[in-house]
This record gives sequence, C-alpha cells and structure tokens, in this order.
Amino acid sequence: MRSRSIPMREVYVWELPVRMFHWVNMLCVIALCITGFIIGNPPAFMNGTEAYFNYWFGTVRFVHFIAAFLFFFNFIFRTYWGFSGNEFSRWTNFIPLKRAQWKEIIDVIRVDVLQVTHKNIDSIGHNALASFVYFLTFLIFLLQCLTGFGMYSAMSKSAFPKLFAWIVPFLGGDMRVRQLHHLAMWGFIIFAIVHVYLVFYHDYIERRGVTSSMIGGWKFIEEDVIERHDAETGESTKG
Amino acid sequence: MEQKQRSFYEEVRGEGTSRRDFLKFCTTMAAFLGLESSGVGQIVKALETKPRLPVIWFHFQECTCCSESFIRASHPIVATIVLDKISLDYQETLMAASGFQAEEAYKTVMAKHPGEYIVMVEGSIPTENEAYCCIGGRSAYQILTEAARNAKAVVAWGNCASAGCVQAAKPNPTGAKPVHKVISGKPVINVQGCPPIADVMAGVVVHLLTFDRIPQLDELNRPKAFYSRRVHDTCYRRANFDAGLFVESFDDEGAKKGYCLYKMGCKGPVTYNSCGIIKWNDGISYPIQSGHPCIGCSEEGFWDNGPFYQHLPSVAGFGIETTADKVGLGLGIATAVGVAGHAIVTNIRKKRELSNLPESTENPKA
Repeated sequence: MRSRSIPMREVYVWELPVRMFHWVNMLCVIALCITGFIIGNPPAFMNGTEAYFNYWFGTVRFVHFIAAFLFFFNFIFRTYWGFSGNEFSRWTNFIPLKRAQWKEIIDVIRVDVLQVTHKNIDSIGHNALASFVYFLTFLIFLLQCLTGFGMYSAMSKSAFPKLFAWIVPFLGGDMRVRQLHHLAMWGFIIFAIVHVYLVFYHDYIERRGVTSSMIGGWKFIEEDVIERHDAETGESTKG
Repeated sequence: MEQKQRSFYEEVRGEGTSRRDFLKFCTTMAAFLGLESSGVGQIVKALETKPRLPVIWFHFQECTCCSESFIRASHPIVATIVLDKISLDYQETLMAASGFQAEEAYKTVMAKHPGEYIVMVEGSIPTENEAYCCIGGRSAYQILTEAARNAKAVVAWGNCASAGCVQAAKPNPTGAKPVHKVISGKPVINVQGCPPIADVMAGVVVHLLTFDRIPQLDELNRPKAFYSRRVHDTCYRRANFDAGLFVESFDDEGAKKGYCLYKMGCKGPVTYNSCGIIKWNDGISYPIQSGHPCIGCSEEGFWDNGPFYQHLPSVAGFGIETTADKVGLGLGIATAVGVAGHAIVTNIRKKRELSNLPESTENPKA
C-alpha cells in the first residue's frame, strides 16, 4: 500500500501502438471466443427452415476467420514493436533472462499473490511476473494461430494459410488439432479472468492509475522510484 | 510356366468382357484419377500393352474388410482384372494355393521380378512381440521387410496398414505399427479408409500400371487425387451446415429433412476422403447420405478421437465424454473461485493497512 502523501509524477508508459494492440487484441479475442463457442456448439434456432435462404452459420465462421487474421497480424505487429518500442514494451521484459527478473518474480508472488510480505514492487511498466505470464500467453497466441490456420488451410486456396498446412500432419490429423484449439481457447478465457481481476487489484492497492494507463498511456509513479530507475538505466522517464 | 505375360486387356477379353465395357472402365478410372481426356487413351494403351503388374498382397493384423471392399468395386472389371490376376501371385484370402505352394508363389514373384513387383499390405504389424502375427512360421515383420526390400513400391491398404487403426488404438497391446513406420527406403502409398473405397483402390492400381510411378501424395502419403478434400467440403448436406441447420437427435425433424450431422459428431470437417464424390457400392450412397455421421475412418487415430457421436474427442485421463470444453470450464470456474478468494484476502489486508496510513480516511487531517 502506497501512501498518498508521497510525491508522485506522471510517466508515459504505454505508447499508442501498445494501447492499440491491447484493445484490438481484446476485441479480437472476445469475437473469436464468442464465434468459436457458436462454431463448436451451434444453437438450433433456425431449425425447421430450409437451407436456401439461410447463411447465418457461414457468417459466424466468416467473422471468426476475419477476426483470426486481424488477431494474427496484430500479434505480429506487437512482436515488431517489442523491438522498436520504448523500454516498457521491449521484448526483454517478457523473457526472464536476468537474475533481477527472477528475483522480482519471487517478490511479486510473495507480495501480491500469496500476500505474505508487505512491500512495494517498484517496476514502472509490467512487473516481472506479469511480463512472464504475458510471454506464456504469447505462446498460447502462437499455438492458437498455428492450429487455427492449420485447420483453415484445408479450405483455402490462398498462399498465406497454406503456410500452416504442415501443422495438421505434424500433430497427427485435424481431430487432434481441433482438440488443441479448444483447449487453448480456455487458456485465453482463464487469462482474461485473472488479467481483469489483477488490473482492479493493482489499481486498488497501488493507486498508480493502472486501469486508465491503457487508455491514456500515463501512470502515476513515486518520485523516488523514478529517480532510482533513471539512475539504474541511464534513461530519463520524464514525460 | 515360361509363357509370354498377357496384358490386362487380353486377360479380360479372354474372360468375356466386351471392348465397350473395357473402354467404359478406362474412362471411369480416368475420371476418378482426375485426368484430362487424353488420359483415357493412356490408360487404354497401358492396359492393352503392358504385362500385368506382379503383385504380392499380404494380410497382417486386420479384418480383411479392404479385400471385401475391393471385390465389390463398382465396375465388375476391376474385380476380374485386378483381383483374379493378383491372386495368381499371392493373396492369402483369395488364392487357391495353400501351405508350401502358397509360400512358393510369393517367393517366385520376388525372385522373378526384383524391383518390379508391388507389395500390397492389409493390416498393421505388431512390434511389441512379433509373434502376435505369424504366417507360415515367420512374423509379419520378417515377411514384410523381406518382401519390401526389392519391391518397386508398397501400397498400404486401409487404416490398419496406413495408421494402425483399431489395433494401434490405446493401449495398443501388440505395439501395432503401420507399414510406413516399419519399412524404410521404399515409397509407401497410404490408401486410407476403413475400408478404403473400392474405386479408389482400383484407381491407385490403374495409376501405378499406366504411369509407372506412384501418384502424387499428400503430407500423410495419401494419393491427392482421392484425399485432397475433406468429406465436409464435398458433402451434399454442406448447405445445411452453412445455414446453421443441424440434426439434434437421430429421430428429430432435422434428421428427416436431411440437415447437417455436425452436432451428431460428424467427423466430415476433419476427414479427408472422397466418400462424397465417388460414394460406395456403385455410387449408391455413403454414410452421411444414409443419415449417419462420418466417423473419420481415413484419419490417423480415429479410434482414439472418439466417441463417434461426439463432436470433440474425449480428453484422456478425465474419463469418458469429458471434452476439452468441459476440462476448460472446470479450470475456468476454479480460476474464478481463486480470484474471488484473493479479492477477499486483499480487502481484509487493505482495511488493515488503511488504518495505518498517515492520511487514512479515519484520520483525514493528519
């Protein structure tokens, strides 16, 4: 818990491309999950009619495919931004290769998950555990794209989905690919539950304005944390 | 026995098939193989001039449904041409010879036509203990590896020989393996299905004979001419799928109307075969046309991806009829419960800490 009386300053953390990625990604995931559920278990609300004036299921699948393309290229864009964005969006945040990152992961587990230690986590962007979990979700993104486009490649003549055709024989046929695609979707849903909760949690406990930071890009950070950060990285976070 | 090898055409003419029927057969085959019209001439010429293919046909761990399917090929000429001739060499179910003579027959083929004969295999090969499948005192593994060594190509008939089928289903007690995992260095054509469609089998044989090379294969070594499209993409009920009209149970109105069988567990969307085009029994029908969902018999591991009447396969280790979605839902609920618990603990903690802060709400002027 941070005191309100200590001096805080605004820091520009999430650049516009990062925020755009976040919201486009969210919309895609919501669209993909809803249409995915319908495709997996279609409701019978049109039954009793004839097929010739109807195409609603085809439309649902079409929306799923369009959202999938958007999702994939949005993800590719974010990967690119991990190499050209600011320090908080860099790829190095997401893969814990440094000892300091692992130390912070353990700290976050003790402070925020188990709540056995009480202290402040100083990270300005994502904390190390959050970053690492995002990295794991990126792997699920990848699995979902591979299995999804793998299944899609059978009904497409264009070159791009054909790039994924190998995945089907590699995983032992469409049946298993479809199974994995369903399982991975639950990864997204579970991630979303925890993610939204933790945004509320951090905003509530740390009072740094983390919720609105994904809209405007600015976070409130304690002066002493900024000074320590600037001294360590040699960069200036002054907005 | 040293006489000039007769061609297919001479054989069938000698058995009373008319020239007209012969040409009809060649045209049908060209159509099945997806050849252009000049292909008909090539097939006619090949069948008229080339000596018949020396073939050794083995039965290992299987039910002989591939042979059963084959002899019911829509065009009677296929059975007479191919099967009668094949049986002259070696085909355990249909050949007249037995015992020593039978063994002699395939040894003769191997000795007389090295590099020319085709090995056709029905059934999987046990590897856990080779003794599970023995013929004439030798194991399936020994027989196959010996015969394949000098073969021109190997044709794996059906799901057993192509993917192991039911014998290779969990827990696979005999360690059954498909042909392509047992032999190496020879082209293996997987003619998938349980059984494969008779006309597809005939088509593969005709292709081998006419063009003297193996047909184009997909990633799972299935001939592209027959296995490049999903049953779903060629299904006459596809319009009902796109319209969202589904059979909900086998005795409902939708079933009567011929709606899509997707929700009855139809594996058409994940199965590559030509059932929807060539169909079965002289083009009369195929499972979906008869009101039954596709069970995906031309796909690897279709027994382990059951049950047949369920869209998603069961997840191993979670009991029968537990699908990926049920596992996911359970995890989702567990997560929500965990999050709620965490939120309660957080609030208790926050209340306690708030009272300790200098600017806490209990002491606003401090």
